[in-house]
Amino acid sequence: MDPNKVIICRCSDVSLQDLYDLFEEGYTTFEELKRIKRVGMGPCQANTCGKMVQWEIAKYFEKPLESVEFHNMRPFTMGVKLKAIKEAADDEE
Amino acid sequence: MKTTECLIVGAGPAGMRAAKRLLDAGAEVTLIDRSDMLGGQLTKQTHMFFGSEKQHASKRGIDIMQLMIDDIVNHPKLTVIKNATVVAMYKDRVVGYVIGETYHRIQANAIVVAAGASEKAIPFENNDLPGVYAAGAVQTLMNVYGVKPGHKVLMVGSGNIGLIVTYQLLQAGVEVVKLIEAADSIGGYLVHASKIKRLGVDIETNMSVKRAIGKDEVEAAEIWRLDEAWQGIEGTEEIIECDVICMAVGLAPLTELLQQMGAKIMYVRELGGNVPVIDKDHRTSIERVYACGDMAGIEEASSAMMAGEIAGLSAAVDLGYHVENYEDDVARLRHELSNLRDGPHGEKIRLGLKKLGVLS
Repeated sequence: MDPNKVIICRCSDVSLQDLYDLFEEGYTTFEELKRIKRVGMGPCQANTCGKMVQWEIAKYFEKPLESVEFHNMRPFTMGVKLKAIKEAADDEE
Repeated sequence: MKTTECLIVGAGPAGMRAAKRLLDAGAEVTLIDRSDMLGGQLTKQTHMFFGSEKQHASKRGIDIMQLMIDDIVNHPKLTVIKNATVVAMYKDRVVGYVIGETYHRIQANAIVVAAGASEKAIPFENNDLPGVYAAGAVQTLMNVYGVKPGHKVLMVGSGNIGLIVTYQLLQAGVEVVKLIEAADSIGGYLVHASKIKRLGVDIETNMSVKRAIGKDEVEAAEIWRLDEAWQGIEGTEEIIECDVICMAVGLAPLTELLQQMGAKIMYVRELGGNVPVIDKDHRTSIERVYACGDMAGIEEASSAMMAGEIAGLSAAVDLGYHVENYEDDVARLRHELSNLRDGPHGEKIRLGLKKLGVLS
């Protein structure tokens, strides 16, 4: 298997090899991987890649899946234009 | 800001049954859904359901959906918001949603979250080639939009979704070349498996996809045998000609909205991954916020309906409504749920619910 050709995060085009490289550099949590490589920050918001990232972390560091921390989630779950938020606030006044 | 007494996020089987219970109790309900159709995943369930009479066994999913819609849709205290994606939930029960390009907010006294699940994927070489699908997407394409996903399918995963979608592909005149399963036995009901075997589909266990082959789209799949540690065994590779690799490898609860709110979440493998911590009445760790259906643990539509009823009843009681026969109804629903989860097929869910502390 060529880990360069295994796409973990389709939104931000992050391959399995990218994850391995980051693991070697010392980035070991989902939160760190997300900040450094944007994995899980695209339109799917980790709904597709999240479980695979958890799994790969568990496998690479030989940890039980249960102990792999998930990343923080904040509003919004998808892109919302600032204009729309402003208009909603104006309407509510 | 708009307000509502009880907001229900997701109009699938769990959300619609919760709505019914709340409306019956006298509450004012807003039901919000991303789609332009009510019904959630039932909108594409063209097959007949198993289970008990009360949960509409031997009716088709889409017909059950219609019954549930008819049950609530003309109720004067119900507001339905369709084509609306909930994108934010805050601790004070303010909920943000998007319709097209507009953003809206609504505050609720109680919220039942029945947001469903997302499909899992497995990593393999060239998994980004067009032609690599998840099974739910294939089902939506065929059963909702009448579009065939391709001509020759390799199905990956033998749970009920993999088995049923295989059958529906055959019904649509699509060839299913093979069905492979990574575990050592078939995951779904044997009656579904036997049906597709009779129709000539080869089912092989202990096998997985090594890579997709193709230039611009899937032209073939290379599969291989797995050892006991689920690692591929070199030398066992086999090339399967196909233009679709369909992954039916499980679902994961969509807990993101509850996570945003700061609800307690726990990883329970048997329930599909991260799930909200709930009590047996479906209350989450946040006051007057409830979780039910697949997002509280992957099960099936029948259990989602009953869980939705329990969540709806809890919300009604917490909002101060007197619910006639509350104790009896909840006891009956719990009893029916435990019947459904009985036997070897319910073992996983029972274990998961024990870890969650819902079952003793």
